[in-house]
Amino acid sequence: MKKITAPLTGKQIRSLKAGELVFLSGIIYTARDQAHLRLKRDIGKNRKTPLDLKGQVIYYCGPTPSGKRAIGSCGPTTSGRMDGSTPQMLEAGVRGLIGKGRRSEPVRKAIKKHGAVYFLAPAGAGAYISGCVIDSRAVAYEELGPEAVYRLEVRDLPLIVGIDYGGKDLYSRSI
Amino acid sequence: MTRKVPAREIQNKVKKLFFKANIMMRPDIKKALEKAYAKERSVRSRYMLKILLDNAEIAKKEKLPLCQDTGLAVIFVEMGCDVRVTGGGIMEALNRGVEEAYTEYNFRKSVVMDPVSREYRNTNTPAVAHLNIVKGSGLRITVMPKGFGSENKSRIMMLDPVQIGDAVTDFCVETVKLAGADACPPYVLGVGVGGTMDLCALLAKKALLKPLAKSGAGGNSLKLGKRILKQVNSLGIGVMGLGGECTALGVNIEMAPTHIAGCPVAVALSCHSLRSASGMV
Ligand code: SF4
Repeated sequence: MKKITAPLTGKQIRSLKAGELVFLSGIIYTARDQAHLRLKRDIGKNRKTPLDLKGQVIYYCGPTPSGKRAIGSCGPTTSGRMDGSTPQMLEAGVRGLIGKGRRSEPVRKAIKKHGAVYFLAPAGAGAYISGCVIDSRAVAYEELGPEAVYRLEVRDLPLIVGIDYGGKDLYSRSI
Repeated sequence: MTRKVPAREIQNKVKKLFFKANIMMRPDIKKALEKAYAKERSVRSRYMLKILLDNAEIAKKEKLPLCQDTGLAVIFVEMGCDVRVTGGGIMEALNRGVEEAYTEYNFRKSVVMDPVSREYRNTNTPAVAHLNIVKGSGLRITVMPKGFGSENKSRIMMLDPVQIGDAVTDFCVETVKLAGADACPPYVLGVGVGGTMDLCALLAKKALLKPLAKSGAGGNSLKLGKRILKQVNSLGIGVMGLGGECTALGVNIEMAPTHIAGCPVAVALSCHSLRSASGMV
């Protein structure tokens, strides 16, 4: 299986095809519903976001508390709820998205326009994915609890390419 | 004869049951996933099913929740009319048990107090509790941590009884179609038919508590269940939406008498991470 490293280079992104299984290592950031609303507001007002989004990979995830581990269970949440903010996130420089489920047509187009990529993570396998996370720390919006932004260091996180840089959508074939 | 049950015992039981439900995959779900794995031909889907089975092993071993969405706490209580709860109210005991479990075991607390302003509450309470008074002096508690990815795709509809025909089947199939790949398929469908709008939704939820039948179809109407399952599995959604025949692991149907003018139908949709646990106090 192909191995890739985040933050992703343009060359890496262009090598990925919808439907392909890959292992991702490197640094990614969690952000879900409320974090997206806040980031989008900052972007809209041309304010500095609490993390530099350029070139980064965003993971739609609200983990369970870590206890003694690097992180608790941490599978993906439904990506569709982030559709309304995703074009702005891509505009602000985000190049990789990780979640579960379908994306809207504007998101697919924005992915194509910005040469980004959308990955599907194993859905409902939070304990398994926890084992792929070596380190985690909250970097923004800590008061949101599970909806805070966490910086995760991951090793060999198994993913499927959902929408590739050319805008090809895995789900447009199966559903 | 009155049987006294201390509220503290109820609280402890609730705590234990949420631990079990969130960490141990239900044996019927495990069997169904193993069967799906044995049957699946697509490399990608097999890989994902293997991850789900491994996930269950890791969760058990590491005492980690099966899924990070440890749900809204739904609790069903069947209390004998001869039971008297002492040293506190039953609702309080249920909520305390939930808060203790979610704090101590590091489960995710996902409750917001105000659905509109989204004010977050770090207790995962209040639980949604359904209390039922039955004969005798027994006290059964059943818990279901309900994830919202799939809860969001649940639906209810008041069908026209004059044109019932295949309407129940069609509604169930349509519900799964609308959920598509989003809510962690393979799914389990809890189907409620009859009653009033509120009872129908409750029947659907309760149907999810019944162990899945070997054939996948269980509950009040096997024929209807089989038909729904067959149609759902021909939608081609498959594991994680990757295509194939494994869109649902099972369908359980609960029916109730209803009014001459109506036929409510509800689908409580569950992801493959269908979690529940039950025990007596
Ligand atoms: S839909 Fe179920 S398996 Fe998927 S993230 Fe939600 S609770 Fe977990």
